[in-house]
Amino acid sequence: MDDILSRLAKGLASGLIEIVDLTHTLDADFPVMILPPEFGQCARFRIEEVSCYDERGPAWKWNNFSCGEHTGTHFDAPSHWVSGKDLPYGSVDTVPLGNLVAPACVIDCSAEAEQNEDYLMDVDKIREFESAHGEIQRGSWVLMRTDWSQKKGSEYINLREDGAHSPGPNADAVRFLVDERDIIGLGTETVGTDAGQAFHANPPYPAHFYLHGAGKCGLQCLSGLDRLPAKGSIIFAAPLKIRNGTGSPLRVLALMNGSGNIPCGS
Amino acid sequence: MPDSPRQSYDGIAAVAPVTVPYERFSNRSAHWWLLKTLRGLMESAQIEPGKIDGLAVSSFSMHPDTAVGFAQHAGLELRWLEHIPAGGASGPIALKRAARAVQSGDASIVACIAGDTNHIQSFQRMTAGFSRFSLDAAYPYGAGGPNAYFALLTANYMRQFGATRKDFGHIAVCQRQNALSYPFALMKTPLTLEQYLDARAIADPLALFDCVMPCSGGEGFLVMRDETASELGIGSVRILAAFERHNAFADDPIQFRGGWVRDRELFWHQAGVSPEDIDLLQTYDDYPVISLMQMEDLGFCSKGEAADFARCRDLTNSGQFPHNTTGGQLSTGQAGAAGGYLGLVDAIRQLTRSALGKPVPDARRAVVSGFGIVNFDRGVCSSAAALSSQDS
Amino acid sequence: MSSPLPLPPKRNPQRKAKPSLAPPAARTRLGIRLSALASTGQLKLQFCKSCLEFAYPPREACPRCLIDDLEWSPISGLGEVIATTAIRATPNLYFRDRVPWRIGTVLLDEGPIVIAHLHGCCATGDRVRARLQLDKSGQAVFFALPEIENEFMNDDAQLREMTNDPKHRRVLITDARTPMGAALAAALADAGCRSIFAGVAELWRRDALLDDLSSFPKVELVRLDLTDTDSVRECAGEFGGKVDILINTAEYLRPGGFIDRRGLAAAKDEFETNVFGFMRLAQFFGPPMRARGSDGIDSASAWVNSLSVRSLSSWPEFGCNSACHAALLSMSQCLRGEFAGSGVRVVNVFSGPLETEWHDTLPPPKVAPSRLARELIAGLQRGLEDIVVGDVAKDIMSRWRDNPKVLERELAAGGGIDG
Repeated sequence: MDDILSRLAKGLASGLIEIVDLTHTLDADFPVMILPPEFGQCARFRIEEVSCYDERGPAWKWNNFSCGEHTGTHFDAPSHWVSGKDLPYGSVDTVPLGNLVAPACVIDCSAEAEQNEDYLMDVDKIREFESAHGEIQRGSWVLMRTDWSQKKGSEYINLREDGAHSPGPNADAVRFLVDERDIIGLGTETVGTDAGQAFHANPPYPAHFYLHGAGKCGLQCLSGLDRLPAKGSIIFAAPLKIRNGTGSPLRVLALMNGSGNIPCGS
Repeated sequence: MPDSPRQSYDGIAAVAPVTVPYERFSNRSAHWWLLKTLRGLMESAQIEPGKIDGLAVSSFSMHPDTAVGFAQHAGLELRWLEHIPAGGASGPIALKRAARAVQSGDASIVACIAGDTNHIQSFQRMTAGFSRFSLDAAYPYGAGGPNAYFALLTANYMRQFGATRKDFGHIAVCQRQNALSYPFALMKTPLTLEQYLDARAIADPLALFDCVMPCSGGEGFLVMRDETASELGIGSVRILAAFERHNAFADDPIQFRGGWVRDRELFWHQAGVSPEDIDLLQTYDDYPVISLMQMEDLGFCSKGEAADFARCRDLTNSGQFPHNTTGGQLSTGQAGAAGGYLGLVDAIRQLTRSALGKPVPDARRAVVSGFGIVNFDRGVCSSAAALSSQDS
Repeated sequence: MSSPLPLPPKRNPQRKAKPSLAPPAARTRLGIRLSALASTGQLKLQFCKSCLEFAYPPREACPRCLIDDLEWSPISGLGEVIATTAIRATPNLYFRDRVPWRIGTVLLDEGPIVIAHLHGCCATGDRVRARLQLDKSGQAVFFALPEIENEFMNDDAQLREMTNDPKHRRVLITDARTPMGAALAAALADAGCRSIFAGVAELWRRDALLDDLSSFPKVELVRLDLTDTDSVRECAGEFGGKVDILINTAEYLRPGGFIDRRGLAAAKDEFETNVFGFMRLAQFFGPPMRARGSDGIDSASAWVNSLSVRSLSSWPEFGCNSACHAALLSMSQCLRGEFAGSGVRVVNVFSGPLETEWHDTLPPPKVAPSRLARELIAGLQRGLEDIVVGDVAKDIMSRWRDNPKVLERELAAGGGIDG
């Protein structure tokens, strides 16, 4: 009789378990969070060639890259926010391993987000999800699907003179997920776990404030959420092990039941 | 303050005119041309190298050597050595200084030589680093050589004195006639006035036949006492007068006269003859306008009248005013500093009845004039010598 | 009268580009003094205070009294052309490519005579104004212009060899998302540019300035992020061969020095944009510009750096910015060496504080971006290498020339612009 990992391996090999990439390519021109100019800014992803089979290294090519901890598809650790600054296991190098591989619930808000760029997911929306798919289990990632990842450039960041406009959860929804469902964290397709206008909420940036204050994590700039089932997928989201790091770009992968027709890793 | 009268050059002889045949381009060094000239002098005078105890040398291309390095290269032990960097004025200057050296007993036999090689790029290289003034104030203006500056002088001369291109053409055409019989001239086809006037423009108003062709070559002669020449049994000429003058009329806004004006009175006085007594005139002809200027400034005619003066005279060797008997640099080529010797060397030949080309009939007195070193906007050095045959 | 220069025809793709050629660059050390004067549009010649006479070409002593304290003194440049020629044949390759080339002898009213390049309107006997002008070798020459200016005077072909007139040229503004970038785009269009490539980083970040820019005539927005090597490479790949004038307007400015600033993130951003951005531009736009420096009337012409006058001496209130600009000044000098002989001129425009958001705590006078743009273009039309814009910059520059150590102390003591 096969052990569980053997069955996992067979599932992967047969395509009965499908791997979905939830990550944007790290690209210099991928939008990042814009803060007022007097604040420190998130470094963009940059790459400098060290050698390219040339006089700087005849047989090899390699690059140096640089970026912020919160550049591209990235992980937010609790210590990212002031509310989580003193928590144990709050930085990316100490986040419990169990948080990095966990089941996901995908709440589909794409219709609402299409209607309203400032859409805020509320508790009712979560309850609606639960009535359809069952309660969100403790220890899950909750992923808010908005299809925002399909937007490009200026539409994605959607900056206007009064700030960015993009969907996110409202304060009550975050508190509900944290207090009532004890999730691992919240993942979004937008540039932050908070809505574009969340600076004006109370508290400002409620998702960051409540999630990280409770030791929960965040995943941002996810893509491919439209391919995931509402329930039943497993997320692999392991940030780089940066000492005292508050976050990290990472490759986010999901496992889900597949048809068996699609080869693994497509 | 007028210049005081000069001592005469009595008893001093110029002998052994030597030309090393010109070549348009040469892959030899300047030293080869100069040594070949020196060797020619020894053969011509039938003397050993050890007899030469004085040397005057002019060359633009013997870098990095100076006269000292060259003398060592030549194996000469000398008690008088002179480098004369006066370009086209070098010939009469060398003659004058060598004569004084011999006269004073500082030297017995002085070899006066000038020569340059012309590699494919050497003219450009030479003009590029010609002088400080040229670097700062002339060379950047595009001519890549003296043509444009002489074009400015020529344009001004034409405007000021009414000379025409035809007048300059007359000089060039007559000189070409002389060149046809001179064996070492590089231009060997006749030139008509029409060809002159129709030639390719170089720098208005100058066209191709107003300009000399740089080439390689060497020229030289010896200076010694009359009695030494007699002992050697070689033909010699007497030096009636000579002068050099540098940087005259520095305040003239543009050059229309040269240093000859300052010296001509004493010059004729010392020579004891007047312009009408002269059988042949060798001017420095880097451009025809300069020849006209010398005719005026040496007193053959008044200022501004040289065009008329030349126009109504046959300037060929058989004409009434033989001028530039080899064809001048315009027709033989400009062998660098040797161009400053060309007229003088051929004058010695003419006066010693040893002309290589068509002789000037019964030539007894010659004036040779030099003009050298275009620095910034004008030629700086002027010189002249009056020579006579021993029988005049 | 001069006639207007028609728009040059588009390049014939079957014609080989002309190699970079320059007129003779060698000068004596004194001759280089003339180039230094020409770089800022001054005209001075050596003057003997005993003889009351000017001397030219440059000399080590007065040719009349041999006293060696000749003083470089302003001279009007007014005079008369006494002879002219058109050079039609020359061994110099640069001029050979440009014959006929007219030069003349000019007798200056104050006495000296100069050989000068001639404007097409100047003939023998004409009154002219001779001025010093940098030629394509980067060294000074005299250029004689009509004494009375005329409308299309700057269109003269010989004069255009000495100047960097934007007319009919294609200009890249490296960071157009700045007040200066926008002001330049407007002013360049007025100056007759052929096209304006307006470099913009992060096109996904829209703002009013960007929307304005795209509506300007002749402006084409191009993706160019000086902090991103790939972006600079790609932009140069597309436009590098078309840029006749590059104007580096990039400026990442934050107040503060070193002790009172926390961390290096801001400083890195400043250096990334201001300093490393310059290097990226040099690496990718330098080669194609250098290769086109002599390629006809619309060849690559100038590389312009917008420098703060703080590049000369640190202004502690903006200490990190001063350091960036000091580096930029040094790099511009290196670039001049690297462009030498190519015909591309490196132009530095020094200004005091601009009227922008980062200087809103500074009292006036400040330089309006439109003024900076205007004077920059005027400097290009005049053919300058160093352009100083605004009262503050002029003040600091003159104090720096007078005594850099004193200026350093005054600025360190907070003396700033009042001294």
